[in-house]
Parts: sequence; structure tokens; C-alpha cells
Amino acid sequence: MTRSSLILFAIGLSVVIGSAGCAQKSVPPSTLKPTAFGAALVESSGGKQIGATGAVLSQPVVVQVNDEQGNAVPGALVELSGPAGVSFDPPTGLTDASGQFTSNVELGGMAGRYQITASTLTKAQKKVELKVEEIALGYQAQVGHQLDEQYCVRCHNPESTPERVSNYDNLETKPHAFTDGDTLNKMTDADLTAIINHGGASLNKSALMPPYGYTLSKTETQALVAYIRLISDPPYQGPGMMYVQK
Amino acid sequence: MWRTLFGDPVRAFGVVSLLLLISLAIAPAKNHFSEWRHYQNQYLSLIRGRGDAVTLQRRFQSGIQQTWLPDLGVVDRCTTCHVGLNEASLADVSVQPFRRHPVIPHKLDEFGCVMCHRGQGAATTVEEAHRSTLAWEQPILPAGYVEASCGQCHGSPLTGTPQLNLGRTLLARYGCVRCHTIKLPEGGAMQATDDPPSLSHIADKTTREWIYAWLKDPQAYAVSATMPNFKLSDPDARDISAFLIANSTPLAEDTATLPAPASKAPPDPTAAASLYGESFCASCHAVQNAAGNVVGGDIGPELTRVGSKVKAEWLQAWLRNPRAYDPETAMPHYRFSDQQVSLLSGYLEGKADSDLLANVHLDVATPEQIAHGKSLVTEYGCAACHEINGVKKPENFAPELTRIGSKPITQLVFLTAMPHMLPDYISAKIRQPRAFGAALKMPQFSFSPQQVDALTTALLALTDRSQNLPRGLTVPTSRPSDYQPAGKAGKLMADLACFSCHTINGHGGDMAPDLTWEGSSVQRSWLQAFLKNPNTLRPALIRRMPKFNLSDSEINELTDYIMTVYQTPAFDRDSMPASGYPAAQVEQGKQLFYAKYACQSCHIVDTKTDKGYIGPTLTQVGSRLNAAWIYNWLKNPQALRPGAIEPNFNMNDEDARALTAFLMSQRNAGKQEAKK
Repeated sequence: MTRSSLILFAIGLSVVIGSAGCAQKSVPPSTLKPTAFGAALVESSGGKQIGATGAVLSQPVVVQVNDEQGNAVPGALVELSGPAGVSFDPPTGLTDASGQFTSNVELGGMAGRYQITASTLTKAQKKVELKVEEIALGYQAQVGHQLDEQYCVRCHNPESTPERVSNYDNLETKPHAFTDGDTLNKMTDADLTAIINHGGASLNKSALMPPYGYTLSKTETQALVAYIRLISDPPYQGPGMMYVQK
Repeated sequence: MWRTLFGDPVRAFGVVSLLLLISLAIAPAKNHFSEWRHYQNQYLSLIRGRGDAVTLQRRFQSGIQQTWLPDLGVVDRCTTCHVGLNEASLADVSVQPFRRHPVIPHKLDEFGCVMCHRGQGAATTVEEAHRSTLAWEQPILPAGYVEASCGQCHGSPLTGTPQLNLGRTLLARYGCVRCHTIKLPEGGAMQATDDPPSLSHIADKTTREWIYAWLKDPQAYAVSATMPNFKLSDPDARDISAFLIANSTPLAEDTATLPAPASKAPPDPTAAASLYGESFCASCHAVQNAAGNVVGGDIGPELTRVGSKVKAEWLQAWLRNPRAYDPETAMPHYRFSDQQVSLLSGYLEGKADSDLLANVHLDVATPEQIAHGKSLVTEYGCAACHEINGVKKPENFAPELTRIGSKPITQLVFLTAMPHMLPDYISAKIRQPRAFGAALKMPQFSFSPQQVDALTTALLALTDRSQNLPRGLTVPTSRPSDYQPAGKAGKLMADLACFSCHTINGHGGDMAPDLTWEGSSVQRSWLQAFLKNPNTLRPALIRRMPKFNLSDSEINELTDYIMTVYQTPAFDRDSMPASGYPAAQVEQGKQLFYAKYACQSCHIVDTKTDKGYIGPTLTQVGSRLNAAWIYNWLKNPQALRPGAIEPNFNMNDEDARALTAFLMSQRNAGKQEAKK
């Protein structure tokens, strides 16, 4: 009796779990051995980039390991980690002769802000961490980004390139950069939409901002607002914004 | 055991009945414990605590859900588990499968899920729907390539798909489609946009040593070169260079030498550099600066080390008239004087790199080497891109890629330790083609990771579905227009390569303004003066119209043609007067310009006070533009030039008339009078 019930139980069990996927293999732990230890991690470059969902960022993330005196430490082990979907090439490695570790970052499939953590160990085996933030544009914000490039950036971005000289310095009232969260986060979506559609004068702001309501469609204006909200620094805390969680 | 269960017929009957009962229960049990039911229960407990629980509960439908679109061949049951896709209020939920779908331009129930995400729409388990299994092999498309799905229906660039747009541009720009055919669903094939030079007269242009060094590593000569590295061995590069030189036929123009300069004094180096600058060579040609950045345009080849490449006589002939060597070149025929030619060629010859050819020592080629070189040229398909005397352009040289995005995984040969996924296969092939076999002919390109991703995206768009879609549902590729102006003026415009920078009737480049309605826009006298001596309208631009040194008759020819032919049907050019506006109206226009419309943020009328330089300078606009053009432009700029940055102000007629009156008062003569 016991054996047959065992058999039946096994059949039942296999039917139930038959469809479940097989467990994923775990990645073998890194075999790199640090030759030196630092005391602090600083970001050299590659933070606050704007990329597309699931795409490799155009610039690699570069972090530097320093000792207590602030001198670069070559040969320290740096490990990168991030929310689900983010991948690094390479995810871990030793700092080079100038104390820097460089890695290409591919963002996850969800649009939003991604917080990447770089960590290294001190001599006392204490973990030191550095948070680097990157932004992934989904479809809507991507459209907003393209519109920004076409219509807005020449006045709203003070940076000039040889191909695109900024008009920022020529304006008596300075436009706000779209990343200027301290100002823009205080405004509602309706206010931003009104300024885009009817110009600065509509909210008693500078008339140098012209109205784009007859040039952009409603979906385009929405896309622009979504983009401004996504790249704002500090982050916009309105409805629909969040960190992609682990 | 056996006897205790089945020894007695009654007991045996009981046991068999029990077994039957249990086996009958398997199907309902499997249904009850199914994955999707588990997720639906999870969803219900997720929404229970929320403020809008009642609304969400009411909209929730239990059981297997299905989107069926017979036109598209879509049977998607994804919404069985992805329950909250359309629930706007679930914006804060970040756990899958309950996330709200991000904003996209299509409705989910009109297109389903697998159109964009691929995977198995009909499956109802996580594994079967998302990954490739034995029975169903189409896995989910990784998010980084999702723009590929837009490209299945949309043949033209879209605002929201920069990666796909870039990928398609690269397929054409790097000449991928010269070897790999990509047929378009609406007929025809994707066309290359690169301009590989003809090699039929190459011995006029350069030396065998340079060809050898170039073949060995094109990027060592110019980092921005689009020519890939064929990883040739030294003897192969030696033999190909021998064949190309031996096969080249001379052109008469290239050997003519210039009359020696009148003065023996070495030319002023600053004069040469400023001629290079004034001619706006950098608009098309890049040079790598000391910091390693490539600065300049990419229409023509990079000139960082051009002095190590070209022969002086050829360069002078080319500068005199590039169309004599290459009738199809994008380079304009500047009417340089002999002195300017020798100045400029001397300057370019100075851009040399002594290291480039330092280690290249080639002996005189033997006939065997030349013959071997020819067979190598055929083997590597050089003639797919370059015109070479006596070598036929190969047909279908490399595998056709029309349906590469649907290639079954079973037909692919993967490298070891590589994910068995089509996107990974394609990007690995682009990154390192020879890793798949040393005998493969595909050369090594030098793409950045972003460019590889973009190319992969563009190739993944080439699916079976993209070929089989009902025609009504596709947005075909916009065909590049092959517009060519007629007659003498047309020949002149081709000679000046106007279309390298300007677009007219849909044909041409995007560096300079569209000239389709230029005849309605500008005044005849201004156009004549501008062609004689182009002064810039936009001081902030580094790429400007060069001076071609046109003769008066050439200028008249061009002006007549442009003023007569390039007229918009939208309004009559002469419907508004150039002058005679009442002073009050001019003053009203001035008020509107500075106060209501704040035009000074982008335009300069008074150089003392105005600073904006996004739009053209308007100090002399009354001598440049037609009044009717200004009026209609103010009413709706995008109607006259799609994509114009100036917004449509929805201006009323009175304001537009007053602004036109004010702008028409800004003219040369007016300024001079004011000075007096």
C-alpha cells in the first residue's frame, strides 16, 4: 500500500511541477584576487547618463578607488551591481594603474532611473559603496528626448558644441535646464504643459519662451513633459515615478 | 503486496476504481494548480488593499484571456497573467507580471503583444511563453532590441526609434547592402549610401605602398574610414596592391602639370589654411586633432594623413575639377584659380604621417603576383563596392538578409559559451565575423557597441512577418526622390554638387536649407549677390555655403532657374509690396517683434541690443526675403519648411501684416540712411 501511494504521489507531484522552469544556474564567484585595498570610491565619469531601455550606455562607467589620503589605488577589486535587468561588462575587476575601473553598462528593460552600486573592500574587509545613477528612456520619454533635441535644447541647455551653439547666454531671462528639478518639480504637469503650449507669458514667466501648442501635437507635448519628469535632478516624486526595484 | 490489493475481486475492483478516480482528478487538479491561476490570485490579493480596489476588481476577468487578431495572425494569451497592462492606476506597481504597460503609440488590443515582444502568444506558462522550448522556439525579444518590432511595419524613420533609424542608416552607410541583399516588402531593395571610389584609375591617385598600408589596416590611415579590415596576410596585401596598380588606366587630366608659380617664394602657410577654412572644406572633410577627436563633416573622406596618400599632380587635377576623375563625386567643382589650387594642394600635401609608410617596402611585382592579386580581388568581392577594370560586380555575393530576423535557431551555428539567441548571434557576427571561422570572407568592421546594437536592431526587424503583413497595415519606406533639375542650370547644379548639402523636391542632403521653394522666398538681387559672395545668415553655424568663384553668366543662369522653377503653389510671390508700408504699421510690427512675440530671443534685428542667434540674422531681411514669404512664414512656418524650429504662433492676420511691414523695413539702404 505504501509503495503504490508513493508512486501515485510521485505522479501527481510531477504533473504539478512538470511545467515549472528549471532553476537558473548561479554564476561562479569571481576568482580575481585584489593586490591592494582602498578606503574610498569616487565616480570618475559615466554617471547620470541618459540611455534607452535595454541598451548599452554610450559612455562606460568609470570609478576610482582612493586610499585614506585620496591617492589612487591600483589593483583594488571593484564589483558592480544593479537592479534586475542591468548587466555590466565586466561586472567586476581590478583597478588599473591610475586606480580606475571601467565597465560598460547595459540598462534593464523597464524605463526609469537605475541605481548602480559599485563596491570595494578596505583592508579591514569592510565594504565601501558608491551609488551611480543612470536613466533609461522608454518609448514616450524617447520621443520627448528627440523633441528636446529638435526644438528646446538650444536655449535650455547652456552647453555648446561646434555643431550646435547654445543660445542660453543670449537670453536676458535664463531658461531652466530640463534637469533642474529644484524648480521644475514644484510645477504641476498642467503648468509645464501650459508653458509649452502657450509660452512663458501664459504663466507670467519670460515671454522669450515661445508657444509651441500649434507646432507640437498633444501626444508630443505629453512626451516632452514625461521626458522632463524622468531626467529631473533631484528626481521628480509625482505619480508614476519610481526606482526600478530589485 | 500484489495479492493484498488484487487477490480478492471485490477489493481489486475497489482499487481500480480508486485509481481511475485519481487519474480523472489529474486534469482538474492541473488546471487548478496552473501557473496563470496562481498569478491571477496574486493579482487579486495585490489590488485588495488599494484605494481603487472596487474598480480594478470589476475590470478583472478571471480565466484565460485572449487577444485574437486574424489579420495579423495574432493569438495572444499574455493578458491572462499580465492582468494590469491597461490599468493606469497601477503606475506604482513594479512587480511583474502586474506592471502597467508603458505609453506607446498603439492600443494593446489592436496589435496584441507578440507583434512587438515576440515569444509564444498562445502559451499559458511562463517558460513556454518567454523562452525557446523544443516545440516553440521563438523567445521574447530582449528589451534593448524592441525597436526592431516597429521596423517590421514602419519602413521610414520614426521619432521614437533612434536605434532602429541609426541601424538602417549604418546598413546603407557602411555598404552592408552591397554584399547582402535586403529586399523591401513593397518591392525593390535597400540601397547603399556610401560612395566607394572607383579603382580603375587608382595609379593616378596614389602609390602601391599606400594601397598596401590601407589594405592592411584602413583605420590606421583614417580612424573614421568606413572601409573594413579584411585581415589580409602580407603576401595577399602585396598581390592585391600589385594587381590594382597594374590594372589601373591613366586619365589624361591627372598628369597635366600646373604652370609653375610666378614667384619662387614659398606660399604663406596662413594663406593656405585660411583658404581651406574659407572654402569650408571642413563641412564635408574631417581631420583628427591633437586630442584624437575627429572634427569635421563625414560626407568626404577624412584628410588627417592625406599627404601620405595622394600624388601631387592628381590632387591638383582633382582640386581643379573633381568631376573629371569621378563624375559622380559629392565634391563641388570649385572654380579655383591656378594659384589657389597650388596653395591648397601644398597645404594638403603637408598633412602627412611619415610613420604610415615607413615600414612598407615592396619589390617590383611579378606577373604571378598580379594574377594572384586579381583572383583575391574576385574572392573577397572587392568589386561589390568598388569599380575595377575587368572585374565584374558580383551578384548576391553574401547571404541575403531579407528575413534574417526570423532565422530559426536550429539553422544557426553558435560559438561556444554564447547564449543560443538570435540577437546574440547577429551581434557577435557583426562584432567579430571571423570568430565564426577563419576562412569566412566577411571583413572586420570597427563599430562601437552602440552601432552594433543599432545594426542588430535593424536586422531583427527583417522578419517573415514584415514580408507577409497585409499591405494596408504597413508604412512603406519613403523612396529617396531622384529629382534632377533640367537643362543648363541642372548641369551647373550637378557640377557644383548642390545636392550634397541642399535638398530640392525631396532629393539631397540635410546640411543646408531646403531650396524647394527658394524662388518664392528670396529676392532676385539678393540671390545674385549671395551666389557671388556668400555671406553667412547664421553666425553661429560652422558649416556654411562656400564661395565657388562663379562667373556672372553662371550666376544669372542659376538665379533665373531658381526664381522661376522653385516656387510654392501656396501663395503668389508678388502678392505683397516690398515697401511703402505706413510708418504706424512698421512701428506696431516693431512692438510686436520685441514684446508680444519676443522674436529677439532667436533673431537679431538691431545688432546693438539683440543677441539671439538660433534663427537667421534679420538686419537686412527686407533686402533678402519677399514680403509674401515673410507673411506666410509667420502664419505657419512648418507649412513652408517641415521641421522648422520656429513655432507656429497661430498669429492673426493683422499681427502678421504688421510684423511683415517691420521686417521689410530692415534693408541695406535703410541702414545707410540711418547712419547719415
